[in-house]
Amino acid sequence: MIRFILKRILLLIPVIIGVSFIVFALLEAAPGDVADAIIARAGEVTAEDIEAIRAAHNLDRSMFYRYGVYMLNLIQGDLGISDITGLSVWNTFMQRLPNTLLLSFSALIIGMAVAVPMGIIAARNAGKLSDNFASIFTLVGMSMPVFWIGLILIQVFSGNLGILPVAGFDHGWRSLILPAICSGLSLTASTARQTRSSMLEVLKSDYLRTARAKGTSEDMVIRKHALSNAWIPIITAAGSSLCAQLAGSVVVESVFAWPGIGRLAAEAVFARDTTTVMGTIILTTVLYVLVQLLVDVLYAFIDPRIKSQYMNTSKKKKKTGMEKEAAAA
Amino acid sequence: MDVNETACEVEARPPNETADDVVLDVNDLVVHYVLEKETVEAVNGVSLRLKKGETLGLVGETGAGKTSTALSILNLVQTPPGVIKNGSISVCGQEVLTMTAKQLEKIRGKDVSMIFQDPMTSLNPVISVGEQIAESIRNHETVNTAEAFEKAGDMLELVGIPRARAFEYPHQFSGGMKQRVVIAIALACNPKVLLADEPTSALDVTIQAQVLDLMHDLKEKMGTALLMITHDLGVVAKVCDRVAIMYAGRIVEYGTLTDIFNNTMHPYTEGLFNSLPDAKGRKGKLIPIPGLMPDPTKLPSGCAFQPRCRYAVESCKDEQTVREVSGTHTLLCSRYDDPGFSIDMKKSGG
Repeated sequence: MIRFILKRILLLIPVIIGVSFIVFALLEAAPGDVADAIIARAGEVTAEDIEAIRAAHNLDRSMFYRYGVYMLNLIQGDLGISDITGLSVWNTFMQRLPNTLLLSFSALIIGMAVAVPMGIIAARNAGKLSDNFASIFTLVGMSMPVFWIGLILIQVFSGNLGILPVAGFDHGWRSLILPAICSGLSLTASTARQTRSSMLEVLKSDYLRTARAKGTSEDMVIRKHALSNAWIPIITAAGSSLCAQLAGSVVVESVFAWPGIGRLAAEAVFARDTTTVMGTIILTTVLYVLVQLLVDVLYAFIDPRIKSQYMNTSKKKKKTGMEKEAAAA
Repeated sequence: MDVNETACEVEARPPNETADDVVLDVNDLVVHYVLEKETVEAVNGVSLRLKKGETLGLVGETGAGKTSTALSILNLVQTPPGVIKNGSISVCGQEVLTMTAKQLEKIRGKDVSMIFQDPMTSLNPVISVGEQIAESIRNHETVNTAEAFEKAGDMLELVGIPRARAFEYPHQFSGGMKQRVVIAIALACNPKVLLADEPTSALDVTIQAQVLDLMHDLKEKMGTALLMITHDLGVVAKVCDRVAIMYAGRIVEYGTLTDIFNNTMHPYTEGLFNSLPDAKGRKGKLIPIPGLMPDPTKLPSGCAFQPRCRYAVESCKDEQTVREVSGTHTLLCSRYDDPGFSIDMKKSGG
């Protein structure tokens, strides 16, 4: 199991190299560079100043040279200092991260608490009225754009009812409610859909009949026997949704002026703050991969078959290695 | 008991039988599966009687309605599409079909339990086998978790699996071992009636014999009445006291092992015997029953076997009535209205 986790963490290295190169190349391809941004802020500058800035940022060298320098620093754990704000990218990111985590996990908890029971009820009453209601809800939840939901929520709860703050971060838990509901809605919808289809599949299983035949109550049949087998696809869906929240919270965080990493990335892009953009994206990638790893580890706790697979991969490798040696001899 | 009195019209009651001994009494059971376009007539008036400690073989081809009959006894026919249209089923004197969900939970696994056909899919893959057995014990006995698990270990040993494996999961067991686990679950609370739905058909021949021996031993030890559902007459000869031959949802011949094997009367039973390979006389040719099982959505009128029967005459299309051959042997075949009629058991080999 630990081998499995270590292996997955090692896999992060090629992922980071790939992602960083793509982002670096994209930033390179975009018109304008850091120098332009600094100049635009500084106002009056001479041609010499521009040259000096360009030289300081190696802008006169090739893109590959600059990428190499960036990666060398990255290996040493240095994500650089923003040319625009003058702040360490790592510190800025770490300062913003808790806000995004708070928002994402609130959305996840709200989503799961609603989605799983909804999916189960829909599956058990497939084709009936409650199933149709759930279908309509999930369809609407999945197809409404997040920013629009956000605006509607603000209009209703802050504008009309005036019970919750419009945006920002200064009203404690009350400022969390609207953004959490807003980003939780699409997560709820997709997870509920997944729960329904996963449960429908499991409800046909023979082992539920075995459970009923030994006198297990219907409630326990569903909660213990059916749900334990339906979790894998549900967790997969919720995991991807959570990743999407963490990495793509740009819209929600912008609508609600929520100071998280999504908004950090958006601000950095607008300010042509390439160092911050690079750093934020690389760290978000790491976060994304770690959440996926967490989901994969959860699988092992849910399904003993997957657990033994994780355990066996290392054993099998050893075995085949030995067989090869034997064959060679 | 009223129910038993009326049963006499349908099934001959063997002599010396007292109502107390009867642990399972199925009367005129009709189970249909109502689909959108058609209705599958799976069980059409089955009556069975099982005494304490007795083994009854329910024999028939795939689709004859054997499993539906067994599921009805647990009131586990999936609804929809299944509908129990008619009949009464009493287990240890309690009427099953009118029970509430709570009452059903009480008798399932305790008074009557079932060994399912396919051990590969009958066990929950994410719950340890020990827990799956312990669950049944906890459902019916006032024990704590540790005691139940302890007892589950006893059950595993009883079916020949080391106690230590209780913590393992179904995927770590072979097919035969899984079937033993399924048996252990079914026997965990000493049921009075055990329904075994083709318990050996998913297993290798060598394992089959082991599992049958095991079931036989356990039955002797616990005095359980066994309804053995099978299509294998060899299994029947090995373990059963009485035999019911089922065809298209009806019992066509019913009697003791001797009645059925030595005094075969129904043409369908004859067909079943003739299509058995004979180990002694290798020259013996297999004579398959011509044709296929009738479509259960469009059963022929009268005797359902009549289109495939080589003795069939026009009167076979009329409604059939149960004929009593002897105190223990009953038959559903109107050809015997003709006093001179007999089947010839045409078999060249053995």
